[in-house]
Amino acid sequence: MDASLYASRRRRNLIAAVASYGATFVGLLWLALILGELFWQGFSGLSLRVFTEMTPPPGAVGGLLNAIVGSLIMTALALLIGAPIGILAGTYMAEYGRHSRLTTLVRFINDILLSAPSIVVGLFIYYVMVRPMGHFSGIAGAVVLSVLVVPVMVRTTEDMLTLVPDTLREAAASIGLPRSLMIRQIAYRAARAGIITGLLLAIARISGETAPLLFTALNNQFYSTNLNAPMASLPSVIFQFALSPYKDWQDLAWTGALIITLAVLAMSVIARSLTGTRKAS
Amino acid sequence: MVDVAWQEAGVGAQDVAERAKVLNRLRIGDIVFHRITKTAAVFVLVVLGGVIVSLFLGALPVFQEFGFGFLTTQSWNPVTEKFGALAPIYGTVITSLIAMLIAVPFGLMIAMFLTELCPIWLRRPIGISIELLAGIPSIIYGIWGLFVFAPFLQQYLQPPVIAAFENVPVFSTLFAGPPFGIGILTASLILAIMVLPFITSISRDVFDAVPPVLKEAAYGLGWTQWEVWRYVVLPYTRIGVIGGVMLGLGRALGETMAVTFVIGNAHRISGSLLAPGTTISATIANEFTEAVGDLYTASLIALGLILFIITFIVLAIARYLLLRIERRIG
Amino acid sequence: MNVATANPAPVAAPHLVESSVPREKIAIRNLNFYYGESRALTGVSLPLYANKATAFIGPSGCGKSTLLRVLNRMYDLYPGQRAEGHVLFEGKDILEPGLDLNLLRARIGMVFQKPTPFPMSIYENIAFGIRLYEKLPKSELDGRVEQALQRGALWSEVKDKLSANGLSLSGGQQQRLCIARTVAVRPEVILFDEPCSALDPISTAKIEELIDELKTDYTIVIVTHNMQQAARVSDRTAFMYLGELIEFDETNKIFTSPNDRRTQDYITGRFG
Repeated sequence: MDASLYASRRRRNLIAAVASYGATFVGLLWLALILGELFWQGFSGLSLRVFTEMTPPPGAVGGLLNAIVGSLIMTALALLIGAPIGILAGTYMAEYGRHSRLTTLVRFINDILLSAPSIVVGLFIYYVMVRPMGHFSGIAGAVVLSVLVVPVMVRTTEDMLTLVPDTLREAAASIGLPRSLMIRQIAYRAARAGIITGLLLAIARISGETAPLLFTALNNQFYSTNLNAPMASLPSVIFQFALSPYKDWQDLAWTGALIITLAVLAMSVIARSLTGTRKAS
Repeated sequence: MVDVAWQEAGVGAQDVAERAKVLNRLRIGDIVFHRITKTAAVFVLVVLGGVIVSLFLGALPVFQEFGFGFLTTQSWNPVTEKFGALAPIYGTVITSLIAMLIAVPFGLMIAMFLTELCPIWLRRPIGISIELLAGIPSIIYGIWGLFVFAPFLQQYLQPPVIAAFENVPVFSTLFAGPPFGIGILTASLILAIMVLPFITSISRDVFDAVPPVLKEAAYGLGWTQWEVWRYVVLPYTRIGVIGGVMLGLGRALGETMAVTFVIGNAHRISGSLLAPGTTISATIANEFTEAVGDLYTASLIALGLILFIITFIVLAIARYLLLRIERRIG
Repeated sequence: MNVATANPAPVAAPHLVESSVPREKIAIRNLNFYYGESRALTGVSLPLYANKATAFIGPSGCGKSTLLRVLNRMYDLYPGQRAEGHVLFEGKDILEPGLDLNLLRARIGMVFQKPTPFPMSIYENIAFGIRLYEKLPKSELDGRVEQALQRGALWSEVKDKLSANGLSLSGGQQQRLCIARTVAVRPEVILFDEPCSALDPISTAKIEELIDELKTDYTIVIVTHNMQQAARVSDRTAFMYLGELIEFDETNKIFTSPNDRRTQDYITGRFG
């Protein structure tokens, strides 16, 4: 055996190993740096005031109440609108039309919508809702978020229902259970954990969305729950405050960022513990 | 003389008739449910159609006014109402390209680490940590980039780089000063961090799905780990990896918030990577709410249409490739 | 068209009538079955007698499970599978288009190879099917659930944990739960598709005992690859090979002096 050739192969192997250890280390380093800074900056601004007072004008003291409430309202509405549509569509794809061409097409298009730039969805809702209405509104914000929820739920529901074994369906059929009842009372129940996970992931996804809200719900300096008027949201407030030259606004931006990140991480942790699997993209 | 055993065992004709009635009643609900689910499925297509149509209609004034010149003009002047998409398109493409150039090797290396070298007990925690990077909302990346990363680059990294390449041909223009901190390169670096977990995740999934017998055959011949990965695993999973890369690219192209904060928002194509620029999504995010005039708004929507078309094509290719490898690995 | 308009059920309790004149519950006439283009059953004709247990035996791939699944039109759930011929259930052809399949399956129940309890409590597993057809007050429902579980030889083991999840039971218990669930809906025929092949010998023995008891009130059809089981449990046996019915006769005749050479070879273990 050629000793020098073997040595160079071993060397190359070592370099590759070191490179991959290094790459992983760098990747984890970024995570630590970003989360570290976020916690450091955000925590110092955390106080009861953040949750009880409205966003202040520059130079004054205040909190993020209207932003938090606005985000909660629009997120809840987005789920109420988007989740049923997504779940029903996923149900069709997994139960009724499993091998049909419609399902193949919808699956393809849905996966594209899943990764499409959310800012484009914002433009779409601007064109079909904000422009005809003549003003920005909380409901437009909720609708744009619901459009982002649908593809997540379609994908999750189809995947989870397909995992339910056919033998369970046959067992339900064997006592004469009609198809729709079998789906609603047996299949849904069997896939329940997975679908709830999908909901949590959908919430995590829309919690951080900023761009589409910028031209649908806009923002609101004051506390408002009026869906027919511009509504504040945490991401919009962060956007406005971070880009401003005012230090106290920037501090509030960090705190808001921390709140969002904690919420998103909490959802991901709960979702993961429910199914015990990894979820990519 | 009712026979109890017979009563319990089966049903008489009357019971059958009653059951028939119950099932008949449920039949309508059955049909309705079927129709509703089918409608919901079709709705997904309607949404896509709606997006395309509304973008097209919104952008129409621009194409009527500028024609295809819109794509090749660099100027962006709201006052004289002369708009051109060249600078945003350039910014979008170049930031995404640089981001991929960095993220792909890193992502593949991390995926290789997780599937080959990492001790078993560490695989799950590290894998989850990398995926956490994907879970962080992009606006967080934005403010971190603006307040931490950009100043850091401006103070410690950019001046030495500018000085180092000062007299090197080609590179001196690429890395020309002054050190703004923000700019095209900074945005690209942040994009790279954002795209990294997607590439890692998908690569990891396809690497794990390689049949062990293929790797064992190579190891049995005395190949090193690097060689097995480079010459067995990678070629086998090539399509899946490319699919994952395309998916990451699609993400990078459409990313808004992280880029908006650190790109500098200058409608200019400059030779230096350290100079400020703009991307399509950053332009829209920054200017939409203040856009006055129909042509201005229409130009921004036209930008959105261009972005949508680009990402649609990239994502369609990505999904197609991933479909092919899913079928093969099953 | 509706199975409810079939010939009226017999008046006398059939299990008291001597089996010298067995009544046909189901009559299969010249049945062909196709998976897509390939034929799985060819010209099968045989009677299934009321309150008797009939076993389908044969080597793997002979079509016995396929034949069983025609009887409750289970294959209808899958596009591309079709049956041609006639299957008369109480005189009515169940292969007719437009038949109410749900009603058919309420009258012809099935127990599967793999125990599949619903993802609910034990009580709910049973009550679920009953509730589908009848509106009963809770006390009466409780009684019916207990009755079904007694019939499934499971009551004593679960009566204190009716709210436990059905999936928390052992394999043998789950299968008995599935039998109880089937019985709760009060079918006339029960089809068993290799019910014990996933179970240990003790559970198998319990279930075979059960099947023997159920014979008094139901018509049983059981598919099994275990010949000894067929000999223990059934009154009539059908031997199938390559999609055809080779021989059908009383069980002890099949196993002691079969007419066909192939039957003989199979039961003596020459093949399969």
